[in-house]
Amino acid sequence: MRVTVRLFARLRDLAGAGELLRDVPDAATVGTVWRSLTVEMPALAAYESTMSVAVNAEYARMTASVHDGDEVAFLPPVSGG
Amino acid sequence: MPQVAVTSAPLDLQALTRDVAGPGAGDGAVVTFAGLVRDHNQGRRVRFLEYEAYEPLAVRALARIVDEVRAAWPDVRVGLHHRIGRLEIGEASVIIAAASPHRSHAFAACRYAIERVKQMVPIWKREYFEGGDTWLEGATADPDDEQAKQEAYRIACA
Repeated sequence: MRVTVRLFARLRDLAGAGELLRDVPDAATVGTVWRSLTVEMPALAAYESTMSVAVNAEYARMTASVHDGDEVAFLPPVSGG
Repeated sequence: MPQVAVTSAPLDLQALTRDVAGPGAGDGAVVTFAGLVRDHNQGRRVRFLEYEAYEPLAVRALARIVDEVRAAWPDVRVGLHHRIGRLEIGEASVIIAAASPHRSHAFAACRYAIERVKQMVPIWKREYFEGGDTWLEGATADPDDEQAKQEAYRIACA
C-alpha cells in the first residue's frame, strides 16, 4: 500500500522535500513508516525522541496503524506564537 | 470572522476583539494578546521570521484550545488567530481575545491560550538573523500531555 509522508520545518529541510510517496507493508504502523525513512535518510533519526506524529491531520502515536492512502506526518518540536 | 484561524494575511486584533466581545452584553472584560516579531533573540539580530504550519492540524489544535478554555472557564469566549509566512519585525504572529463577565477569567483564559499554542500547535518559525538562519524548536507537541496542560493552567492562574 502507499502512503503520503509529510515533513515539516527542519525535517523537511533535511529530507529535501515536504511530501513523499512511500510504499509500505500492509500491516504498517507510523513507526514502520518512520523507520524506513530513517534508513533512507539517517539524518532524520535524531528527531525520533522529540518529534510528534500525525495520521490524516490528527495527532497519533508511533504504534498507530496506517492504511492505504493515509497521510502520515512527522513534526519537529513546535515553535509557534 | 472565524473563532480560530491560520492565515497568511495580516492579523486584525480589533476585528477579533469586536467579534469575541461584541455579542455579549454581559461581558465585564475583554483581554487581548498579540505576539510580535522581535528584532533580537538569544543575542542575534533578527531580520525577519518565516512561519510554517501543518495547517489542517494547526486549525484543529487551535479549536482544541478553545474547547479547553470553555471547559476551564465556561463563561469565557475566546478567539485565536495565528499568522504564517514571512513576518517582518513588529508584526503580529498570533492574536488572542478572551471575553468574560469577570476579568480574572478573561486574563486567565488569554494566558492559558497562548501557553497552549506554544506547547502543541504544529507551527514552526524560522529565524533569519544577521549572519544566517535557523529553525527554532520548542516543545514536543502532545495535546494529551496532562502535565503540560496543568502547567499552562498553573501559569494562567498564577
